[in-house]
Amino acid sequence: MAIEVRIPTILRNYTDGAKAVEGGGATLDELIADLETRHPGLRDRLVDEKGLRRFVNVYLNDEDVRFLGGLGTKVSDGDTVTVLPAVAGG
Amino acid sequence: MLTIERAIVDQIVAHARADHPDEACGVVAGAAGSDRPTRFIPMANAERSPTFYRFDSMEQFKVWREMDDRDEEPVVIYHSHTATEAYPSRTDISYASEPGAHYVLVSTRDDDETEFRSYRIVDGKVDEEEVRVVESYEPDSVD
Repeated sequence: MAIEVRIPTILRNYTDGAKAVEGGGATLDELIADLETRHPGLRDRLVDEKGLRRFVNVYLNDEDVRFLGGLGTKVSDGDTVTVLPAVAGG
Repeated sequence: MLTIERAIVDQIVAHARADHPDEACGVVAGAAGSDRPTRFIPMANAERSPTFYRFDSMEQFKVWREMDDRDEEPVVIYHSHTATEAYPSRTDISYASEPGAHYVLVSTRDDDETEFRSYRIVDGKVDEEEVRVVESYEPDSVD
Protein backbone atom coordinates (compact mmCIF):
# COMPACT_ATOMS: atom_id res chain seq x y z
CA MET A 1 0.00 0.00 0.00
CA ALA A 2 1.65 3.11 -1.18
CA ILE A 3 -0.50 5.94 -2.31
CA GLU A 4 0.95 9.24 -1.24
CA VAL A 5 -1.57 11.71 0.16
CA ARG A 6 -0.48 15.34 0.48
CA ILE A 7 -2.05 17.10 3.42
CA PRO A 8 -2.61 20.88 3.57
CA THR A 9 -1.37 22.91 6.53
CA ILE A 10 -4.82 23.28 8.04
CA LEU A 11 -5.31 19.48 8.32
CA ARG A 12 -1.85 18.57 9.59
CA ASN A 13 -3.10 18.48 13.15
CA TYR A 14 -4.56 15.10 12.12
CA THR A 15 -1.23 13.82 10.79
CA ASP A 16 1.13 14.91 13.58
CA GLY A 17 2.31 17.71 11.35
CA ALA A 18 3.22 15.47 8.42
CA LYS A 19 2.93 17.10 4.98
CA ALA A 20 2.27 13.74 3.34
CA VAL A 21 1.04 10.37 4.57
CA GLU A 22 0.58 7.02 2.87
CA GLY A 23 -2.44 4.82 2.54
CA GLY A 24 -4.05 2.13 0.46
CA GLY A 25 -7.32 1.17 -1.18
CA ALA A 26 -8.90 0.58 -4.56
CA THR A 27 -10.98 3.76 -4.55
CA LEU A 28 -10.64 7.22 -3.05
CA ASP A 29 -13.36 6.27 -0.55
CA GLU A 30 -11.36 3.22 0.61
CA LEU A 31 -8.17 5.27 0.75
CA ILE A 32 -9.82 7.86 3.00
CA ALA A 33 -11.25 5.08 5.21
CA ASP A 34 -7.76 3.60 5.48
CA LEU A 35 -6.27 6.98 6.45
CA GLU A 36 -8.97 7.39 9.08
CA THR A 37 -7.71 4.29 10.93
CA ARG A 38 -4.38 6.04 11.56
CA HIS A 39 -5.51 9.66 11.47
CA PRO A 40 -8.85 9.76 13.27
CA GLY A 41 -10.98 12.77 12.44
CA LEU A 42 -9.48 13.33 9.01
CA ARG A 43 -12.34 11.66 7.12
CA ASP A 44 -14.90 14.00 8.60
CA ARG A 45 -12.94 16.99 7.29
CA LEU A 46 -13.00 15.60 3.76
CA VAL A 47 -16.36 13.88 3.44
CA ASP A 48 -19.91 14.54 4.51
CA GLU A 49 -23.10 12.53 3.98
CA LYS A 50 -23.32 13.74 0.38
CA GLY A 51 -19.77 12.87 -0.64
CA LEU A 52 -16.67 15.02 -0.84
CA ARG A 53 -17.12 18.26 1.03
CA ARG A 54 -17.85 21.14 -1.29
CA PHE A 55 -14.98 23.32 -0.12
CA VAL A 56 -12.31 20.66 -0.21
CA ASN A 57 -10.48 19.96 -3.46
CA VAL A 58 -9.02 16.49 -3.91
CA TYR A 59 -6.75 15.72 -6.85
CA LEU A 60 -5.62 12.36 -8.17
CA ASN A 61 -2.21 13.03 -9.69
CA ASP A 62 -3.04 16.09 -11.86
CA GLU A 63 -6.84 15.82 -12.02
CA ASP A 64 -9.61 17.11 -9.78
CA VAL A 65 -11.46 13.95 -8.67
CA ARG A 66 -14.76 15.80 -9.21
CA PHE A 67 -14.06 15.35 -12.94
CA LEU A 68 -13.12 11.70 -12.45
CA GLY A 69 -15.49 9.76 -10.21
CA GLY A 70 -15.59 11.58 -6.88
CA LEU A 71 -15.21 9.18 -3.96
CA GLY A 72 -15.55 6.25 -6.38
CA THR A 73 -12.41 7.31 -8.29
CA LYS A 74 -10.07 4.34 -8.74
CA VAL A 75 -6.68 4.75 -7.13
CA SER A 76 -3.62 2.53 -7.20
CA ASP A 77 -0.09 2.22 -5.85
CA GLY A 78 2.17 4.95 -7.06
CA ASP A 79 -0.61 7.51 -7.34
CA THR A 80 -0.41 10.82 -5.55
CA VAL A 81 -3.52 12.29 -3.99
CA THR A 82 -3.41 15.98 -3.08
CA VAL A 83 -5.87 17.66 -0.73
CA LEU A 84 -6.27 21.44 -0.94
CA PRO A 85 -8.89 23.47 0.84
CA ALA A 86 -10.80 25.55 -1.69
CA VAL A 87 -9.97 29.23 -1.51
CA ALA A 88 -13.37 30.86 -1.46
CA GLY A 89 -15.54 33.40 0.26
CA GLY A 90 -18.04 36.14 -0.31
CA MET B 1 1.45 43.63 10.35
CA LEU B 2 1.55 43.21 6.58
CA THR B 3 4.52 44.82 4.86
CA ILE B 4 3.98 45.01 1.12
CA GLU B 5 5.52 46.83 -1.84
CA ARG B 6 3.54 49.61 -3.41
CA ALA B 7 3.85 48.04 -6.88
CA ILE B 8 2.08 44.90 -5.64
CA VAL B 9 -0.64 46.93 -3.91
CA ASP B 10 -1.17 48.72 -7.22
CA GLN B 11 -1.44 45.40 -9.09
CA ILE B 12 -4.00 44.05 -6.63
CA VAL B 13 -6.07 47.23 -6.85
CA ALA B 14 -5.85 47.26 -10.66
CA HIS B 15 -7.08 43.64 -10.77
CA ALA B 16 -9.98 44.46 -8.45
CA ARG B 17 -10.91 47.51 -10.56
CA ALA B 18 -10.66 45.54 -13.81
CA ASP B 19 -13.03 42.79 -12.62
CA HIS B 20 -15.52 45.14 -10.94
CA PRO B 21 -18.49 44.56 -10.46
CA ASP B 22 -17.44 40.91 -10.05
CA GLU B 23 -15.15 40.00 -7.19
CA ALA B 24 -11.48 39.59 -8.09
CA CYS B 25 -9.16 37.21 -6.25
CA GLY B 26 -5.58 36.03 -6.21
CA VAL B 27 -2.43 35.29 -4.30
CA VAL B 28 0.89 36.95 -3.62
CA ALA B 29 3.48 34.26 -3.06
CA GLY B 30 6.68 34.68 -1.15
CA ALA B 31 9.58 32.58 0.09
CA ALA B 32 8.41 30.17 2.79
CA GLY B 33 8.86 31.67 6.22
CA SER B 34 9.81 35.11 4.90
CA ASP B 35 6.41 36.79 5.44
CA ARG B 36 7.32 38.85 2.38
CA PRO B 37 4.88 38.87 -0.54
CA THR B 38 6.85 39.08 -3.80
CA ARG B 39 5.15 37.20 -6.66
CA PHE B 40 1.76 38.55 -7.73
CA ILE B 41 -0.55 35.83 -9.07
CA PRO B 42 -4.01 37.01 -10.15
CA MET B 43 -6.47 34.08 -10.17
CA ALA B 44 -9.70 33.54 -12.06
CA ASN B 45 -12.85 33.84 -9.98
CA ALA B 46 -14.55 30.59 -10.99
CA GLU B 47 -17.84 31.98 -9.65
CA ARG B 48 -17.70 35.19 -11.75
CA SER B 49 -19.94 36.75 -9.17
CA PRO B 50 -20.34 40.16 -7.51
CA THR B 51 -20.98 38.45 -4.16
CA PHE B 52 -18.81 35.33 -4.11
CA TYR B 53 -15.39 34.11 -5.19
CA ARG B 54 -13.72 30.79 -5.53
CA PHE B 55 -10.37 29.91 -7.07
CA ASP B 56 -10.70 27.63 -10.09
CA SER B 57 -9.66 24.23 -8.70
CA MET B 58 -7.26 23.31 -11.50
CA GLU B 59 -5.63 26.73 -11.52
CA GLN B 60 -5.25 26.53 -7.76
CA PHE B 61 -3.62 23.10 -8.06
CA LYS B 62 -1.15 24.39 -10.63
CA VAL B 63 -0.30 27.50 -8.62
CA TRP B 64 0.01 25.63 -5.30
CA ARG B 65 2.31 23.07 -6.88
CA GLU B 66 4.41 25.82 -8.43
CA MET B 67 4.74 27.46 -5.01
CA ASP B 68 5.75 24.12 -3.53
CA ASP B 69 8.41 23.61 -6.19
CA ARG B 70 9.79 27.10 -5.57
CA ASP B 71 9.68 26.74 -1.79
CA GLU B 72 7.10 29.50 -1.56
CA GLU B 73 3.85 29.89 0.30
CA PRO B 74 0.74 32.05 -0.17
CA VAL B 75 1.81 35.04 1.94
CA VAL B 76 -1.21 37.09 0.82
CA ILE B 77 -4.61 35.84 -0.32
CA TYR B 78 -6.66 38.73 -1.64
CA HIS B 79 -10.15 39.31 -2.94
CA SER B 80 -12.39 42.26 -3.53
CA HIS B 81 -15.76 43.33 -2.23
CA THR B 82 -17.55 45.34 -4.85
CA ALA B 83 -20.48 46.79 -2.91
CA THR B 84 -19.48 46.54 0.74
CA GLU B 85 -16.59 47.50 2.97
CA ALA B 86 -13.24 45.71 2.94
CA TYR B 87 -14.04 43.56 5.95
CA PRO B 88 -14.28 39.73 5.91
CA SER B 89 -17.80 38.44 5.38
CA ARG B 90 -19.21 35.49 7.26
CA THR B 91 -18.39 33.20 4.33
CA ASP B 92 -14.86 34.62 4.14
CA ILE B 93 -14.37 33.65 7.75
CA SER B 94 -15.89 30.18 7.50
CA TYR B 95 -13.85 29.18 4.43
CA ALA B 96 -10.56 30.76 5.47
CA SER B 97 -8.14 27.85 5.29
CA GLU B 98 -4.63 29.28 5.29
CA PRO B 99 -3.88 30.21 8.90
CA GLY B 100 -0.46 31.59 7.93
CA ALA B 101 -1.76 33.94 5.23
CA HIS B 102 -2.55 37.64 5.32
CA TYR B 103 -6.10 37.94 4.02
CA VAL B 104 -6.27 41.17 2.05
CA LEU B 105 -9.65 42.72 1.32
CA VAL B 106 -10.08 45.45 -1.24
CA SER B 107 -13.29 47.38 -1.67
CA THR B 108 -14.17 48.90 -5.02
CA ARG B 109 -17.58 50.20 -3.98
CA ASP B 110 -16.32 53.76 -4.25
CA ASP B 111 -15.16 54.86 -7.72
CA ASP B 112 -12.48 57.20 -6.49
CA GLU B 113 -11.17 55.54 -3.40
CA THR B 114 -10.07 51.95 -2.86
CA GLU B 115 -10.04 50.49 0.62
CA PHE B 116 -7.12 48.11 1.17
CA ARG B 117 -7.09 46.22 4.48
CA SER B 118 -5.49 43.08 5.85
CA TYR B 119 -6.54 40.43 8.35
CA ARG B 120 -5.48 37.21 9.97
CA ILE B 121 -8.28 34.68 10.02
CA VAL B 122 -7.61 31.69 12.27
CA ASP B 123 -10.21 29.28 13.65
CA GLY B 124 -13.04 31.64 12.83
CA LYS B 125 -11.40 34.59 14.57
CA VAL B 126 -10.63 37.77 12.61
CA ASP B 127 -7.81 40.12 13.55
CA GLU B 128 -7.27 43.22 11.49
CA GLU B 129 -3.63 44.19 11.14
CA GLU B 130 -1.71 47.26 10.09
CA VAL B 131 -0.69 47.51 6.43
CA ARG B 132 2.72 49.07 5.84
CA VAL B 133 3.27 49.97 2.20
CA VAL B 134 6.92 50.30 1.23
CA GLU B 135 8.54 51.37 -2.02
CA SER B 136 10.80 48.33 -1.95
CA TYR B 137 11.82 45.54 0.44
CA GLU B 138 15.49 46.53 0.21
CA PRO B 139 16.89 46.74 3.73
CA ASP B 140 17.97 50.37 3.29
CA SER B 141 14.60 51.57 2.05
CA VAL B 142 12.50 53.98 4.00
CA ASP B 143 8.75 53.95 3.44
